[in-house]
Amino acid sequence: MRKKILGYVFILSTALSAFLVLAAIVVIIGKITAGGWDKLSLEFLTAAPKEGMTAGGIFPAIIGTVLLVSIMSLAGVPIGTITAIYLSEYADQGSILTKMIRFAVNTLAGVPAIVFGLFGLGFFIHFVGGGMDKIFSGNSELRWSQPNLLWASLTMALLTLPVVIVSVEEALRSIPVDYREASLALGATKFQTIVHVVLPNAYPGILTGAILAVGRGAGEVAPILFTGVAYYLPHLPSSLSDQFMQLGYHLYVMATQSSDVEATIGIQYATAFVLLAVTFLLNFSAIFIRYRIRARLR
Amino acid sequence: MERQETPVSHLQHKVADIPVGSTVRKANAGLLRKRFRLGEFIAESFIRTVASVSFAVILLILVFVFKEASPLLFPPSETQVAATENMQQETYGGETGTSAEPGTSLEGGREQATSVETSGSEGKATIKNLAGTEWQPVSRNPKYGLIPLILGSFKVTLISVFIGAPIAILAALFTSFFAPRRLREFLKPAIEFLSGFPSVLIGFFALVELATLLQHLFGYQYRLNAFVGGIALSLAAIPIIYSVTEDALSSVPKYMTEASLALGATRWQTALFVVLPAATPGVFAATLLGVGRAFGETMIVLMATGNAALMSISALEPIRTMSATIGAEMAEVVFGDTHYNVLFLIGTILFLFTFALNAVAEFYVRTKLQKRFRGTS
Repeated sequence: MRKKILGYVFILSTALSAFLVLAAIVVIIGKITAGGWDKLSLEFLTAAPKEGMTAGGIFPAIIGTVLLVSIMSLAGVPIGTITAIYLSEYADQGSILTKMIRFAVNTLAGVPAIVFGLFGLGFFIHFVGGGMDKIFSGNSELRWSQPNLLWASLTMALLTLPVVIVSVEEALRSIPVDYREASLALGATKFQTIVHVVLPNAYPGILTGAILAVGRGAGEVAPILFTGVAYYLPHLPSSLSDQFMQLGYHLYVMATQSSDVEATIGIQYATAFVLLAVTFLLNFSAIFIRYRIRARLR
Repeated sequence: MERQETPVSHLQHKVADIPVGSTVRKANAGLLRKRFRLGEFIAESFIRTVASVSFAVILLILVFVFKEASPLLFPPSETQVAATENMQQETYGGETGTSAEPGTSLEGGREQATSVETSGSEGKATIKNLAGTEWQPVSRNPKYGLIPLILGSFKVTLISVFIGAPIAILAALFTSFFAPRRLREFLKPAIEFLSGFPSVLIGFFALVELATLLQHLFGYQYRLNAFVGGIALSLAAIPIIYSVTEDALSSVPKYMTEASLALGATRWQTALFVVLPAATPGVFAATLLGVGRAFGETMIVLMATGNAALMSISALEPIRTMSATIGAEMAEVVFGDTHYNVLFLIGTILFLFTFALNAVAEFYVRTKLQKRFRGTS
């Protein structure tokens, strides 16, 4: 009898834990939606901040975020995809190089976001940017050794690299070996097989990886804190060496730095809601595509 | 132990490697030889080079983060000092001040820059200074004691893992054993969706909703403290612990579950006394990954813990973590300054600590868990 009670208590506690997590998710989504819904309008999405950030919209932050994730994807998705191709198609699974790359990908996924920010500052801005300034203008004009859109995007690309690699590799492995063998048997070389048979079939996986990376990149703030984001800019960024505004940073600054936090609470909730909606949509579509890949795998 | 591949995968590899399209010129050799193709060689070399980028990045992170911290450990010569002081007028980050501390205004940074130039050796971060108990980087006599920051990081990480790990592990057990099929297919993606939440969003929620609610419930003095930060941080740690634990639980072979059930054990007895012990290395690794996630997280602690560098072990007082310190102060420091170097030193510590955690976690999953289920082979 006592054992039976113990069993029920155990099962109940597991169920409670699961529902506690679900409840937390629902409460966060619910509170942010409830707080931000009233403020949300077309004007909020398409206007610049006004009157010392206490009115107006978040258009520059949206544009900044879009630019950031676009440049990030242009840099990160090809590198991630090629790495996944190597790991799945070429790598000798026992070799040292393969083990090193796998270890690096796992490690990269665990490096704190703020350390990526430090790396962006030390490597991209001071080392690469400083070098570029020296070569192009002899240090007379500090252009690339300043925080800007390009360095922030590249920093973010490194942060999201493991996301791309993992999901593309999973997609590559879900393609039956028969496809490759059929192609090779018809006389195609390995590289031709990869380009014409493997990659077209891995397209959903590459898409999933890109979407997940964009979802991650749109929400991360720590890596760009000192590699290119700005609190307020009167103009939209027009070149890679401009600074930019970003949704997550906008929310952080409004919630912690503004002189009158109460006056902007509506804008904060609405910004949080936009950020939430963006990541929700991106993650949901990634989960959906991934679900279809896994269904094929079975 | 160099080659861990099974005979089957070895065979597949060889099949894929047969050089299709090449003619066997010497029949007496009896072997299919790979013909050299320049295009293929270039393609493979290119792909291998790009694939090595990840590894190169890890090395570069180590080199460049450490490089900016190294002047503390290996003081530069006089000429180098003079060179860096010429470049001291740059600041990094946003247009306006981004520090959470009222004292850390832009003017404070400027004042410090001039004071460093004039007073020279004063305020240098010696080992003794770094091991101090006060963190006051912006003052006439700056103190760079890392102890309160390290204490703050560990305090909030412990709170978040003590709250998050049991919940995540129990939820994983529920998902793989007790949940009905349809609920399970909803539960796993739903909890993993939480890992996609931007941390600034969790921080915002903790700042405006959770902190107020918890203060009402418990009636403590400071609205933002280690406890609030720890709970918010557990929301970031739970998905990763849950996900890795769930994988470990489902990698336990079916015959173990079935043997236990066949001997008359109930489902919960099987889960608690057979499967959970078998998956222990995985659960341990999951917890370590959760610790790493919580330890390195910046935005949540920056927004929800109050950011005061106190020497206190109470969970109900504000803390300032290592990551939050970098996030709040890096935008204001002067390039090449001692403060700048100290922030990079904190970054190096963060990197090495999470690196070690991940390495241990991977070791556990790779060797212990997989060896256990590989059987006799």
